[in-house]
Formats: sequence, C-alpha cells, structure tokens
Amino acid sequence: MLDPQLDADGNLIHLLSTEGLSKEQLTRLLDTGASFIGVSDRDMKKVPLLRGKSVFNLFFENSTRTRTTFEIAAKRLSADVINLNMSTSSTAKGETLLDTVDNLCAMHADMFVVRHESSGAPHLIVDHLRRTGRNDIHVINAGDGRHSHPTQGLLDMYTIRHYKGDFEGLNVALIGDILHSRVARSDIHALKTLGAASIRVVGPQTLIPTDIEALGVEVHRDLESGLKDCDVVIALRLQRERMTGALLPSATEFHGLYGLTHERLKAAKPDAIVMHPGPMNRGVEIDSAVADSPRAVILPQVTFGIAMRMAVMSVLAGGGA
Amino acid sequence: MPDLKKLPDAEQQIMALAESLRPVFERAPETVLIGVFTGGVWIAERISQLLPSHPPVGSVDISFYRDDFSERGLSPNVQPTTVPLDIAGKPVILVDDVLYTGRTTRAALNELFDYGRPSTVQLAVLADRGGRQLPIAADFCAWRVSLPENANLVLTRTPVDDPKGQLTWSLDDA
Repeated sequence: MLDPQLDADGNLIHLLSTEGLSKEQLTRLLDTGASFIGVSDRDMKKVPLLRGKSVFNLFFENSTRTRTTFEIAAKRLSADVINLNMSTSSTAKGETLLDTVDNLCAMHADMFVVRHESSGAPHLIVDHLRRTGRNDIHVINAGDGRHSHPTQGLLDMYTIRHYKGDFEGLNVALIGDILHSRVARSDIHALKTLGAASIRVVGPQTLIPTDIEALGVEVHRDLESGLKDCDVVIALRLQRERMTGALLPSATEFHGLYGLTHERLKAAKPDAIVMHPGPMNRGVEIDSAVADSPRAVILPQVTFGIAMRMAVMSVLAGGGA
Repeated sequence: MPDLKKLPDAEQQIMALAESLRPVFERAPETVLIGVFTGGVWIAERISQLLPSHPPVGSVDISFYRDDFSERGLSPNVQPTTVPLDIAGKPVILVDDVLYTGRTTRAALNELFDYGRPSTVQLAVLADRGGRQLPIAADFCAWRVSLPENANLVLTRTPVDDPKGQLTWSLDDA
C-alpha cells in the first residue's frame, strides 16, 4: 500500500507520522533542521524560501506553543500565515472538515498545518486532496488525537542528536501518560528507525496501552528500573483533560510514584538529559528542581522545534526528502 | 569546446587573484572577504592567507536564496552561513570559484544584504566561463574561458577537509 505521505516517486510530500519514514528521510530532515538553526540567530530572522506561499494553520484543538512555533517557522521562511481557530469558526456552524478544506483551497492555500482531536483527520485531508487531484498542496500533522505528532517527534530526535551525538547505544525512557500521548508514539517510531539501543515506557498499568510491546519497547511499571542507565529521559504530561474514567487515583499519588525528582534520576546515567514536550505540570510529572536544572533541555527543545518545523515545511514544499 | 586537456593550475590562479586584490586591501584595510560555498570559501581562505593583513573571511550558503527552489527543492547539504563581523558600512569582496549564469551571485547578494548593508560589494572569481543570464560581471577574474552549456567546470580540493589541500580544476560533459 502506498504510504499517504509519499508521492508516486517515494518523495515525502506530506508529514503525517514518523512511522514509515526511513532512516535516510529522518536524517535528511534532521540535517536540514540543523541548517535552519542559524537563521533564528540572525538579526534578519527570515529567508525567502516560501515567499508568496500561503500556510493555513487549522487548529481544531487548542495549542499555543505548537501553533505559535509553526507560525514563527512559516514566517521565518517568508510565507504568509493564516491562523484559523476552528473551535470558533464555521465548523462550529456545522461545516464539515472537507468543506472547510475545499474553501481554503479555493483561497489558494499551499500548505495546511492541522491539529485535530480525532486521530486520522490529517490523513482524511490528504486522501481528499489526492482524490481531487490537488497534489501541490501539502499537509503537516500538528497532532491528531492519540495517534501522532510527527514534528514533536522530529524536534525530540533533533534534541537527542544535539546532546548525544548519535542514537546508537542510547537508552531512552518515556515516563508517565503513554496512553494518551501521540508524542510517545512519534518518538518511539523515530527512535526505532534511528537505531536507539533500548526504548522503555514507564508508567502505571492504566496509562500504558496494552499492545505497546509490539512497537519494540520495554514496559516498566517501576520508575527506578525504567530509568536505570538511561541517556535520555522524556517526561510526558499527564493529560487529565483526556481522562474519562478512573485511570489514576490522584495527581499527588502519580507524582509520588512516577514524578521525576533528582533523587530518582540517580538511577539514570549522570549525564542523562531530561526532556518534556510541554506544557509541563510542575510537581506532577516533573519536580521544579529537575525542570529548572542544567540537565533539563526543555527550552532548547522549543528553539529546535522552530528550526525543525522550518525544515519540514521547506522539504515538503521543495519536492520532498 | 576549446582544447582544455590541460587545465590551468588553480593554485597559480589563486595567487594571481590574491595579487590583483592586494591594492584593494591596502586602500581599504577593513575590507571583508566572503566566500560562496563551497569552492568560493576555499579560495577566500587561501587569499586571506596570501595577503599580508590576513583579512577576515566569511561564508554564505545560498541554498535558502536560490531562485529555482520550487523546481529543485532544497540542497541536502546546506552549510551554515557565517558572516564573521558586522558588514554594515564595510567594503565586501564576494568570492566564488566559477561565474556562469550569475544566478548564484544574485542569490549571494540577497543573502549578504540580510546581514547588513555593505558600503560596496565587488565580485572576485577564479573562472568566468561566460553564459550569463543576469547583468552581473566579475571585478576580479583569474581566468576567462568560453565553455559550451553542457560543460561542467568544477573546482575540487584534495583532501576535501584539509584547508591546505590541493585545489584543481576538472571539466566534464554534464
């Protein structure tokens, strides 16, 4: 079956998931990201690559950081950016997703950045564009349901490579709410492809999907065993807004068992870095003392995220990786 | 195609180019050399060593400024642009290996101006092979040669990672 992210020649023209991307494609994207880092350091934080292109941010679900970094990335590439807050727009008046897309295509959109609470919504748009022959319009998944958040996965890989040099031999732990985390899935697929030595998911049984071992990860219920000899520790936000049942006794109890503290991080390697996709709940999944310590690379993740999103946009618009 | 079985010695051409630039740096010591990736940077570094004042060298990678991005996409190996100091108000010598269509020079000028407004920009190239598509000319040039469209004139450095590596020309049919 054709990967919907690729064109007939195998070039990446949409970014829907880190799953299915080859090591070469991932590496090419990371290398391209590295070349964009310098642009944001200049006085003139702009290059003309996407001049005249229109990028539509379609956010059906709120996200300040992701939407802002996509907006900054597109603007630093000289694109025109149109932000649509779908929760207050025509969707609320009953327009379907694909009707919205058709209307924006009629406004000559070149790229859609889509965040949706339903898994698969960006795929639906890609299928629709393909069916209607609009192959020059690109779609970037900015997070769909529990499924995927590929640009977060890419910026996490960029961060890991920046601090650790390579993926060979790395032990990486993802801690906490794996069940609701599209970031965890995106990271796991990318880490597998890039050759990390071991990938662990650590959390209470209720927050770990039952079939997760199939992705090639180790499951740990105990934080200390999960952190043992880790090079990279990724804390995930406890997504209480997505929790419908009694998955968790309380945030305090969660912190007591799985919250990252300096004491618990002693099980990891002394030079282990701590990452978090944000927004973080201090005192729940991560202690303030850890979040503010030199080993935390949470703010560099945000900076790298802009360069990675610039890289994704230019690779897609420029004919793919 | 002219008989180019024996291509000129690039190292000697660089010495000649440095010699022709010497009066510029005597007149205006604040002049900056900016090489265009990759060959232009090698040449600019070599020229800086040959001049007594060892002027600062910067580099530009024009990948983000190309006019054929929508047809050709992004180069897989974009190098970081490093403009070593504030170029605003300073004379700049832009250095490239081969001047052909002029499109690279156009892109390099655009990028340069995103770093500041130089007082003057002059172009120094090792080879001018003709075939211009834009109103651009070299101010300093070591070798003028007329080559057909299908010819590919390339400067290589051996070993490629060694700043003191041997620079040589090669010519093949594209």
